[in-house]
Formats: sequence, structure tokens, C-alpha cells
Amino acid sequence: MEQVLMAVATILVGVFGCVLYFYLSNQVLDAIFPGRGPNAGRNINTASAIRPWLFMGPAILLLSVYLVYPVFNSLWLSFHDATGDNFVGVDNYVWLFGDEKFLESFRNNMMWLVVVPAASTGFGLLAAALTDRIRWGNFAKSLIFMPMAISFVGASVIWKFIYDYRGEGVTEIGLLNAIAVALSGVAKGWITIEPLNSFLLMVVLIWIQTGFAMVILSAALRGIPEETIEAAVIDGASPLQIFFRIKVPQIWGTIAVVWTTITILVLKVFDIVLAMTNGQWGTQVLANLMFDWMFRGSDSGRASTVALVIMVLVTPIMIWNIRNARREMQ
Amino acid sequence: MDSIAGTRSQLVWVVNISVIFLVVLWIVPTGGLLVSSFRDRDQIAVSGWWTSMLSSEANVRIRSEAPDTQVDENGIYVISGNVFGDESGEVIAFGTSSRAPTAYLPGEHGEMSKGRTMVVEANGDYRIESPEPHSGSRGSRIFFRTIEPPRFTLENYEKVIFAERLGQSFLNTFAVTIPATVIPILVAAFAAYALAWMEFPGRAILIAAVVGLLVVPLQLAFIPLLKLHNSIGIGKEYLGIWLAHTGFGLPLAIYLLRNYIAGLPREIIESARVDGATDFDIFRRIVLPLSFPALASFAIFQFLWVWNDLLVATVFLGNNEQQLVMTGRLRELLGSRGGDWEILAASAFVSIAVPLVVFFSLQRFLVRGLLSGSVKGG
Repeated sequence: MEQVLMAVATILVGVFGCVLYFYLSNQVLDAIFPGRGPNAGRNINTASAIRPWLFMGPAILLLSVYLVYPVFNSLWLSFHDATGDNFVGVDNYVWLFGDEKFLESFRNNMMWLVVVPAASTGFGLLAAALTDRIRWGNFAKSLIFMPMAISFVGASVIWKFIYDYRGEGVTEIGLLNAIAVALSGVAKGWITIEPLNSFLLMVVLIWIQTGFAMVILSAALRGIPEETIEAAVIDGASPLQIFFRIKVPQIWGTIAVVWTTITILVLKVFDIVLAMTNGQWGTQVLANLMFDWMFRGSDSGRASTVALVIMVLVTPIMIWNIRNARREMQ
Repeated sequence: MDSIAGTRSQLVWVVNISVIFLVVLWIVPTGGLLVSSFRDRDQIAVSGWWTSMLSSEANVRIRSEAPDTQVDENGIYVISGNVFGDESGEVIAFGTSSRAPTAYLPGEHGEMSKGRTMVVEANGDYRIESPEPHSGSRGSRIFFRTIEPPRFTLENYEKVIFAERLGQSFLNTFAVTIPATVIPILVAAFAAYALAWMEFPGRAILIAAVVGLLVVPLQLAFIPLLKLHNSIGIGKEYLGIWLAHTGFGLPLAIYLLRNYIAGLPREIIESARVDGATDFDIFRRIVLPLSFPALASFAIFQFLWVWNDLLVATVFLGNNEQQLVMTGRLRELLGSRGGDWEILAASAFVSIAVPLVVFFSLQRFLVRGLLSGSVKGG
């Protein structure tokens, strides 16, 4: 209870403080450069040159400290040893590319990278196309969208229950094993079977992300001009042809955005692996490896190096996003 | 025309059935755990949740009445009673030892040590007979197999909220989430307004920087920030995690809000300027009220993200009683109570209840936020 009271107090202090900062800084600015008197014109110009920076001040400060500074500091740390005190050159990078666990994580991340965005976007497109054609489509959509609200840990519990294995000669209570027993009579410890287990973990993320893809793609599908579809119908195109030849090509841009958004998420996937296998049985991924080196290994050099690998993988998408944003603004 | 109409209605059927299939596929995982969270602990362990509506067979172990209730019937000492106590039920089989808990059918004589015998009838009545007086203070163990009707209970929830301390974690999560949702909104709204409607050199670069920062992996930030927080004394404090979540949430907040605010009609803002309103007034009186939908979208995003976050909380908060959030608690339970599905299921649902309520009641804003964030980018 104490924490909640503290939280409420913080909100009041924080919000009040923010408002006060913005209000007072504006007042001060107006007092120093009054918009009347002999220098009114020049004052107004000076004030309006400074004002944007007052508005953006707290944001720029927070962004610099919490996102920009760490990038450079991590770079620095990656050339230092476990404690961050001694310079070790490229030792961490040499270690990285010879490390069995890292190579496994990298391979797994690449697999995730191919499977999850493709499957989520594919299922999302399918769900969007289908639900747009039926009367209870919105209801269906919100059920498929629902896993988005569930935490990765919660989702891990949900799916771990499905993959549950009780051992031989015991009634299986996991759905997957119940189906396996019904079909082939043999239950298995699915989560420990390589490389199948990685795919079972991917299913969890696909299950979560399909709703996201569906919502965005469905909006894009609705935005397609009616005339193009009508023209195709008049020309005698079948529904499948209309979908693949007329609709999909017109929403490539949105598909790309969905794909890249999920890709970024996949590169950072962590909670699911941590909660379900903790990287055992050949399921390790980069984000969890980094976490391992940070907490269990207490090696800031190696952990930073692994984190930088994730950063490097994200960079192409970052540049692509920036170029898109700039093009859009012009 | 008939054939066209025919294929059309066929198509509708195919579409409907496919959607039903998809929806079932998507809700069965959650549904299974939800049903399990209300099931009796013993039943979860012996039967799948899909059988929860049916009666199940279960092995039960009880102790007979204590020896001091024995009756001397012509030199044979008898302890008797009913395995179901005051309730009723049906015994399918019974046994006298844990090695063979279902060795005998109802009505048969089960052998025990010291020449004693046990009989359990189908209705649960039992008799333990002995040529010598029964000794000891406790009754003998009786094993039996019975058919149990489906049982649903709220006990699991009671247990996790109080005994497993999930209630405390619930409060901790609130304490993390509320400030971490509210503070970035204000900071971002001012910055978004400046980036959308104020002219200054470097604006385009700042916007590009915000877009770039959107994808910076948080993993990169942990070690430097943890060191920083430790050095200024907020290493494992609530203040630290509030600031961290604020910093991490800002790029999306600024990006979403700027997109929205830049789309507000130019005439309104220009005419206010002409009337002599300062930027602060314009922001407060015009932009803020008009941006409500975008503010709501971001608030929901941030709320869900912070509530569901495990990583940031693990790094910036301790795992003591006063700080462990629900995702952290859930992860701990997965490790320590791995096979106790009644605990895990109920805990999972306590932790996802709030996000689900937010999700279903405010879905409109969530969808709108997603669309303004992504479709435009294409």
C-alpha cells in the first residue's frame, strides 16, 4: 500500500513539477525578453528562437541520458574487461566469435528472424483478409488481437502448460501431449527436443504478434481504392486472384512496416526464452545471453559486446526507418 | 447466375469456418489456463483441462478413525466408519498400502499387518477387524479410488494472492506503472508540439533522431544506466525505474504525438497566433485538448508495456517483497513451482487481468495509435 501512496505522490510531484517547469521557464523567458518596449521586435525573435528548446529540454535530456549515452558507453565498455576498469582491446570481440554459446544464440536469433516475422505477417494478412468479409469480423479480430495485451511471461506460462510433459505412464495434462498420445500413443518432453523447441518458443511470439499484424494490415486493406477491385471483378478475376494480384501489391509498403516492426521485436526477444527454457537445450538467444553475462557472469565487457551485436543487427532497419520518415516529411 | 450465387455462398461458408478455426486456435491456449485456474488442485494433476466438465477418477488417501473408537465384537476388535465422512461418493477400488492403493474391489477383504483385515464397501463404509486390540493413537491409512464430480473453486486465487504474496506484487506493479505512464506523456507532449509547430534550426535532424531512437535495443542501455543509477544512489529504487521507463518510452511518445499534432488544422493554430496567443497558451488551450485521442493511445501503449515488462524491472528493481513486480513473481513461480499448475494458472490470470480489462475497454484507442504509428510509415 505504501508504494501506491508513494506512486500517487510521485505523480502529483512529477506532473506538478513538469507543469511548473514549463510554465515558469516560459514566464522567465517572457520576462527577460518582453514582447513590448523599444526592442520588442528583436526580443520576440530571440524569445521564439529559445522557446522550442525550453519545450524540448526535458525530453532531450532524458533521451540523451537514457538512450544516446548508453550507446557510446557500451561501445567503450566493450573494449574493457569484466569490471570496466582495464582496456583489453578487441579481446571481447575475439572471444565473442569463438564462443559456442554466442554462435548458438546468433544462429537461433537468425532462425527467429526468418520464421516469426514471416509467420506473424502471413497469419495476420490471412486473418485480416478473412475477418473483413464476415459480419462478426470485429469480434473475431479482437479475440485474435487479445494476446497483445498479455505479458510475455504470462504467455510463456500459457504455452508452457500446453507443452507440459508429466513423464511416462501418467495421464498427460498438456494439450500437445494429449494430442500426441491420441495420434501416436507417445508423449514427449517437447521443450527439451532440439531444434524443435526453438520453434515451439517462436510459436508463442507468433501467437502474440499476429494480432498486431492483422490490425494494421486490415486497415491497409480497407484503404485500397474500390475502383481497382471493381475493375478486376468486372474483368472476371477470382477472389484469390483479386487478393494476390490486386490487393497485396497495393499494401506492400504496410507489409514492409509490419515486417520490420516485428523483426525489431524479435531481435530483442528475451522474456519468452528466459521464462520457458532459460536458454537451455540449445534455445539461447542474444538478448538472454547478454542478460546472462550481465547478471550471472557479472562481465560488463562481454555483456556490452553482445548488446552491441543486437544494435548492429537493428541498424539497417533504423536507417531505413529514418529515410522513410524524412521522405514523408518533405 | 445460379452458379455464381452458389459459389458465393460456398465461399462465405469457407470464410466463416476458417475464421472460426483461427479464433479457436487463438483462444484455446488462454482458455485452457483460465479453466485450469478454477480447477481443484488434485484434479489438475490427474486430468487434462478439456475433461474438466466430466467426472474424473482420483486416488485418495485418508486415515481411519482412531483406535480408541474400536468396538469389541465377541473377541474381534473393529474400527468402522465411512471414507467419505458425511458426504457421499462411490469407491471403485481400495488398498491397504501405498504400494498397491487399488488392490481390492469393494467388498473384498484386504490384508493388513498383524493379521488384520480391511473391507471397504462401494458406498464408502469400511471395517477394520483385528484379533488383537488396535493400538497406537492414529488410525490406519486407507487408500481408495473414487469417481469425483467436476469441482471448481476460487481457492487457487485465494492461495496465490495471499500465501504466494501476489497481492503485494500487484501493488508494486501499480506503483511502477502509474508514474511511468503519466510522466512521459507530459514531457513528450511539449516536445512533440515544438517539433510539429515551432520553427528552429535542427528540427529535421531531431525528428530523425527520435525515429532512430525508436529501435535502439534496451539491452544496450542496462549496464551504463545501472552504473549511473548506482552512482547517484537510485540503483534499486522506484525513482530509478520511473525514470528508466520514461526515457525508454519517450521516442514512441514523441513520435506518435508529433504525427498527430502535426496533423491538426493549420488555420486554428495560425489564427491563435495572430490573436496574440503565446506558444504556451496555444499548447495548453488548443493542442492538448485536441490531441486527446493520441494521448490516450500512447497512455495505453505505455501502460501495457510497463505493466507487462519483465526486463526493465529485473534490472532496475530489487526482488525483495516491497519491489518484486508481478511479471517477476510469475517468473519466480515458474522456476520454483514448475509443476503446480493451479498456482501458475491463477497467478498468470491475476497478472494479466488488468491489461485485459484495459485492452478490451480501450481497444479503440489502441488500434488508432497503432495505425498512426505504422501505416503512415509505409
